[in-house]
Amino acid sequence: MSAVLEIRDLHVSVEGKEILRGVNLVVKQGEVHALMGPNGTGKSTLSNTLMGHPHYVVTSGQVIMDGVDLLELGVDERSRMGLFLAFQYPVAIPGVTVANFLRTAINARLRAVDPKSKGMPIPQFRKLLKERMDTLQMSHDFAGRYLNEGFSGGEKKRAEILQLATLEPTIAIMDETDSGLDIDALRIVADGINKLVGPKLGVLIITHYQRMLNYIKPDKVHIMMGGRIVESGGADLALQLEAQGYEWVRERYAEAAA
Amino acid sequence: MSKTTTTAATSEHARQQVAAAVTLTKADIQKLSVRLRDSDWHAAERLRAWRVFRDTPMPAITDDAWRRTDIRGLRWPELKPGRMQNAAKNGHSAVPARLLRPLVGGEHGGQLVINRGKVVERNLAASLRRKGVIFTDFLTATRQHSDLLRKYLGKSVPASQGKFAAMAACLADQGVFVYVPRGVKAELPLHSVIWADAPAQFSRLVVVAEADSALTFVHELASQTQRQHAVHVGTVEVYAGRNANLQFIEVQSLGQNVWHFAHERSRVQRNGKLDWIFSAIGSRLTKNFSEIDLVENGAWGRMSGFYFAEGDQHLDHDTQQNHHAEHTTSDLLFKGALRDRSRSVWQGMIYVAPGAQKTDGYQANRNLVLSKQARADSIPGLEILADDVRCTHGATIGQLEMEHMFYLMSRGMPEAEARRVLVDGFFDPVMERIPFEGVRERLKRVIAQKMG
Repeated sequence: MSAVLEIRDLHVSVEGKEILRGVNLVVKQGEVHALMGPNGTGKSTLSNTLMGHPHYVVTSGQVIMDGVDLLELGVDERSRMGLFLAFQYPVAIPGVTVANFLRTAINARLRAVDPKSKGMPIPQFRKLLKERMDTLQMSHDFAGRYLNEGFSGGEKKRAEILQLATLEPTIAIMDETDSGLDIDALRIVADGINKLVGPKLGVLIITHYQRMLNYIKPDKVHIMMGGRIVESGGADLALQLEAQGYEWVRERYAEAAA
Repeated sequence: MSKTTTTAATSEHARQQVAAAVTLTKADIQKLSVRLRDSDWHAAERLRAWRVFRDTPMPAITDDAWRRTDIRGLRWPELKPGRMQNAAKNGHSAVPARLLRPLVGGEHGGQLVINRGKVVERNLAASLRRKGVIFTDFLTATRQHSDLLRKYLGKSVPASQGKFAAMAACLADQGVFVYVPRGVKAELPLHSVIWADAPAQFSRLVVVAEADSALTFVHELASQTQRQHAVHVGTVEVYAGRNANLQFIEVQSLGQNVWHFAHERSRVQRNGKLDWIFSAIGSRLTKNFSEIDLVENGAWGRMSGFYFAEGDQHLDHDTQQNHHAEHTTSDLLFKGALRDRSRSVWQGMIYVAPGAQKTDGYQANRNLVLSKQARADSIPGLEILADDVRCTHGATIGQLEMEHMFYLMSRGMPEAEARRVLVDGFFDPVMERIPFEGVRERLKRVIAQKMG
């Protein structure tokens, strides 16, 4: 049975102001979706809400994954259900190495299934981590660095992809993963994502620009405006945005944009 | 004006109350000397300290160094030396095996274990003994190594240092003496444990690494938590000679009924190195003065502290880095976490003497406050009387951040696990300074327990 993330009429407020005004979206395992839209339209609100950031208040709607309403679950439980968020601005975790962090995360997942689990044996973990780093063409000394501390923009995003590759979620949200990257870093990160895309992974790429989609071909493209998804289409929709900008969308959905 | 008078009167009243509880007569001290079979010089030493003790008022919160640490709540145990001995005979508990093995990993160069003042284990590798290394308990040292011991005892921490320094000197009933002669490199670490399970115990430590020598020494002060109040009072004196390389790791894991008072001071000579690590896990209340004197050019001293307070614990560390000579370096990092209603105080001072040019002094205190009722006070200080120096300091008091918690939990870690990982990470810079996996593991288990 393949995983499905289904967002139903989701309304979300931040500090009393409604940001999401009825979002509907279905992402299935094995599909690549792109969610595009101008700044301030609610894209990051959506990703943070799906992951359960306490700052965002769901006023109505549902998010169903594998038959369970995610909104009823804690942040960690959502993760263990198979949802992953690649952060736009990953925080630095001083004193915690990439390897230590990932091993703790993997073991937390094993223990959730079997409270008596002793966790993944260290040799097995090392092998797994090396394989994933090799796949993403990352230097092995990355594993010994404090997570995100002193990382360049590109390194931070690659660390997110490494976590994605290691934790093996079924649905991943990539929140502005392309932001702040130069063209070389973007290519490396996009290559990494492409290696993970396949029948086992559903991806929702949230982005302002089309350029990431030059590397990762989406099955579906959605445009968000004023807290709603106003247009959905194929990959060509992204190209249209690239060519024409968001102005035509604003005009067509003046009411939503207001 | 009238308010000041009231405060002074109250504090004087408090002093009298406490003083009444800790009255010691000359005869008490003389009886103790007889019981412990003191040599003449040590008996005389005790009496000298006793006079200082008698003439020194009990510290009160009106004293600068004690403003944040109130000891009026201590129900003083009976300090009559005869009674202390009787108490020690009852309910004698074995030193837990976990204290004896894990601290310095596979091999010891020597181990000394003292249980309620009695030496229960004493060994030193033959290779070290042949080279003249001394590793024995304090009372034995006062008899068998008196000439050597007297060169150092009370020189860094004289009785005049304070009420508790004097108290430890006149009542000392146990302790450790470590001596590494000139040029001797002790490859294997030495490890001593004082199991301080009696109601009142007084220890003195003297650690000497002579010129061109090397030593790593781990000392643990421990007891199990009991119901009634207990006190431990100690002095610690450390000497690193010219070009000596001394690593000294102290673990304080006293029961949470123990009120612990210590005066510690070290002296580092030309191009000597002292790497000094403190970890405070236990005690109901700790007031610890620790001081490093860099007395000759090129002396180097590092002080690292780990503390984690819970429940009603109150941990107060008063540190001083004294640069008396040119080209001296000091580096202090104390990191602490607090939960429940616990409290910590760190008050630090870097002093640079006139003419101590090209010195480099650093101090940082970082606190992680894990509950709304816990409180950390952090007071850095600089007193610089030379003009060509580099001295910096930093103090922070913070909480776990929501964004960090969210990030960790978004990877599947339950809240408690995420908190533990962040606290582990917070302590990592101090852990990195601890040379033994055994000690690090021990402290990590403490973190896990206290976070539990």
